[in-house]
Amino acid sequence: MSLTKAERTIILSMWGKISTQADAIGTEALEMLFASFPQTKTYFPHFELRAGSAHLRAHGAKVVAALGDAVRSLDDVAGALSRLSELHAYILRVDPVNFKLLSHCLLVTLASHFPADLTADAHAAWDKFLSLVSCVLTEKYR
Amino acid sequence: MVHFSAEEKAAITSLWGKVNVEDAGGEALGRLLVVYPWTQRFFDNFGNLSSASAIMGNPKVKAHGKKVLTSFGDAVKNMDNLKGTFAKLSELHCDKLHVDPENFRLLGNVLVCVLAHHFGKEFTPQVQAAYQKVVAGVANALAHKYH
Repeated sequence: MSLTKAERTIILSMWGKISTQADAIGTEALEMLFASFPQTKTYFPHFELRAGSAHLRAHGAKVVAALGDAVRSLDDVAGALSRLSELHAYILRVDPVNFKLLSHCLLVTLASHFPADLTADAHAAWDKFLSLVSCVLTEKYR
Repeated sequence: MVHFSAEEKAAITSLWGKVNVEDAGGEALGRLLVVYPWTQRFFDNFGNLSSASAIMGNPKVKAHGKKVLTSFGDAVKNMDNLKGTFAKLSELHCDKLHVDPENFRLLGNVLVCVLAHHFGKEFTPQVQAAYQKVVAGVANALAHKYH
């Protein structure tokens, strides 16, 4: 799976706007994840997960920063996220089903923050991009 | 809530009567850890899990598999009240063990594979369908108290 030229253009152009609100978007997506899919909290017993917590903000920022790394290397997402891929495979071992859940929450957050930009085409491009990232992060699982 | 017909209950109960819970439990848990290696994250203290043969022969895996499948036997005896039967275990898996419920679905499907492997032709499509229903019911019951 790889992104078409049109899809890359969409992602890159929206990323400019997203990066100015990166932390907020990451935090909100995580809040949504934990509220809609409480079973995902089982991966964070060591975190304080109340809305607005420092843990949540730091982790949200981390997640979006990693997406930024992928955006800056759209022709080699696997290379850009190689270390993270190993981390998830050997240390974190988050069940693959959860990547779909977080991708969904990120999309929902983007839709609410950037209604004018998230056209049907943009929605498709982002869904594909997040699915590609999820694939990369789980490709070393077995 | 999942509802079982009389035929489904009969199929499930009669097959379960022939299951060696100790063997099937070890087999199912072992295969879970082999096929989905990320599930090993809950068993770092089980010793040698470095290969399929190490996992399938690991005594802690067998013992724990027996425990899990014995508990599953409670489901077979209480198909009309799975949520009630597993309420306490659900709380335990959420609050103390921090197990992602997806693991219950994975284990349920591995169990179905193990049963098919063991029973061959006797494990007809109808029997499988009934067992898919009960493993889904157990997975949902175990996830029910998550918050």
